[in-house]
Amino acid sequence: MQLSRDELIRAYRDMRTIRAFEDRVQEEFSAGNIPGFVHLYAGEEASAVGVCMHLSDRDHIASTHRGHGHCIAKGCDVEAMMKELFARQGGLCGGKGGSMHIADLDRGMLGANGIVGGGPPLVCGAALTAKTLGTKDVAVAFTGDGASNQGTTFEAMNLAVVLQLPAIFVFENNRYGEGTGHDYAVGSKDIAGRARGFGLPSVKVDGTDFFAVHEAAREAVDRARGGGGPSAIEVQMQRFYGHHSGDAQLYRAKDEGKRARVDADPLASFRRRVTESGLLPDATFEQIDAEVAARIDGAVAGAKAAPPPPAEALMQDVYISY
Amino acid sequence: MPSKSIRQAINEALRQEMTRDPRVVVIGEDVAGGQGGTGSLDAYGGVLGVTKGLIGEFGASRVIDTPITESAIMGAAAGAAVTGLRPVAELMFCDFLGVCFDQIYNQAAKFRYMFGGKATTPLVIRTMIGGGRSAAAQHSQVLYQMFTMVPGLKCVVPSNAYDAKGLMIQAIRDDDPVVFFEHKLIYDHKSEVPDEAYTIPFGEANLTREGDDVTIVALSRMVHFANEVADRLAKEISCEVVDPRTTSPLDADTILESVEKTGRLVVVDEANPRCSMAADIAALVADRGFDFLKAPIKQVTAPHTPVPFAPALEKLYLPNPDKIETAVRAVMAD
Repeated sequence: MQLSRDELIRAYRDMRTIRAFEDRVQEEFSAGNIPGFVHLYAGEEASAVGVCMHLSDRDHIASTHRGHGHCIAKGCDVEAMMKELFARQGGLCGGKGGSMHIADLDRGMLGANGIVGGGPPLVCGAALTAKTLGTKDVAVAFTGDGASNQGTTFEAMNLAVVLQLPAIFVFENNRYGEGTGHDYAVGSKDIAGRARGFGLPSVKVDGTDFFAVHEAAREAVDRARGGGGPSAIEVQMQRFYGHHSGDAQLYRAKDEGKRARVDADPLASFRRRVTESGLLPDATFEQIDAEVAARIDGAVAGAKAAPPPPAEALMQDVYISY
Repeated sequence: MPSKSIRQAINEALRQEMTRDPRVVVIGEDVAGGQGGTGSLDAYGGVLGVTKGLIGEFGASRVIDTPITESAIMGAAAGAAVTGLRPVAELMFCDFLGVCFDQIYNQAAKFRYMFGGKATTPLVIRTMIGGGRSAAAQHSQVLYQMFTMVPGLKCVVPSNAYDAKGLMIQAIRDDDPVVFFEHKLIYDHKSEVPDEAYTIPFGEANLTREGDDVTIVALSRMVHFANEVADRLAKEISCEVVDPRTTSPLDADTILESVEKTGRLVVVDEANPRCSMAADIAALVADRGFDFLKAPIKQVTAPHTPVPFAPALEKLYLPNPDKIETAVRAVMAD
């Protein structure tokens, strides 16, 4: 463990913020306060945070339909995110994108995505910009085991190798693409191995172990910044909720998600390791938990108080009108 | 006659055709749901339950769950269709067309013509369309106009359960590629549906309301809005509602006959206005029925924007009965 005290605190705060955000979104969605559909990231926090801690606002990420965690890890404002989910003014996209299209270009966040496999080719573009302009920035495609089977993802990996782009493909393998299991849908059952076949240095890490993700991402980001080309990381984890909020999850054994909260909780294992090593006391964690809870309460209150977008927003940001 | 929802009607059509013909297979993402999981193998039956129960009856060799891989699904279905199966392939949301359009419009649609008549491609593509659930920009489009413009594709846009069953059976028995557009918001709409199998020919419009003053041509969910307006205005304006049921082939004769009778046309289309079915039907009537018209044609469509997420904006975006009534009153005033 080479992280400083401040880095440890930041890592935990970001992961806790994601967890608290998602658990609260689940509550608010179930209560009918959030329109549309939400796909929750709880259980996967170590991936977003372990990777994004190596990135600045100048680096880009593309996300998936399960994008709230990536937003938070990339530094998006939690209240503006909540407003977006609630379809209110002041939302990150003015209420026009919603959970599935939440984006913040100021933070290098190229958007959640409603299309499985939509992000990886875009990340090649962000990496091409960085390479062409010589900025030393990198671009990360967060994508899932589901998108690992899409042609767009294969094409993006190949292009990244051919052009030696500073791109990193993070495959968040949470065992299900919607309701279909990874073991069925990924023919080789080895996403990292498949990425290796495309010519990418690839590793497989335990997504409940923040430090393993952080270290793998450090190597990949260093390689990309140093001109060493693209990499892939398969992060193995479990999602606590279903494909989307409200999913009956009949494709999972009863209580599988609940059991994951006990057996595969990256926050719990982080806290255990850090306290057992004497790096941070329990009190620090409790303090962070309380701060985060207050922040999420504030974000929800702010979202509920904000008005919906005005009618004229419908025709704004349209460059051709009829 | 038993009352059934559109969801049930399509499920019944699939079940009956799969029973009748072993070459009919269903293939797509989560058409059963649960392969490789730790729970049920019929977890979804399609994300909105249209193919529920089929795997239990026909097994995983005929109800084929795939990875999320739209190009391969559409291409495999096209390839299977041209070599002896009769696949019903699901493109979950029509918005995903972008991932796989080549396999549909360059491959499946062109086989028969391009190969000098030597190929038949008995393929059905089922896909969900429509806004109204705040599913935002990439899960709310209708896009049937993009398929309708392609020579070699037949396009079906059912508005009720009776039509959905008859048109689905027709689609499966058809020897050419058919794209079948199911509106998410009307799956629970019920009508009387016979238990036995029956077909409805393509290219035959249905008059859901008969009237003398104004013709309203509407598609899919918009038919219900048009019917509502016709009923609402019945005492003052007599509206005839034409549901084309298929956009390709299009029953031009019925539309023209209706406009000949009423002299006025309102076309309602959930799509964006440019190059839409509304524009297409307006052009048809302007071209072949100009002399019938007593007033300019009105189109009621979505605006030229992506579908917004916020319910307040999506409500403004979608056509609705009030907008249709305004258009009807406008053509009556002219």
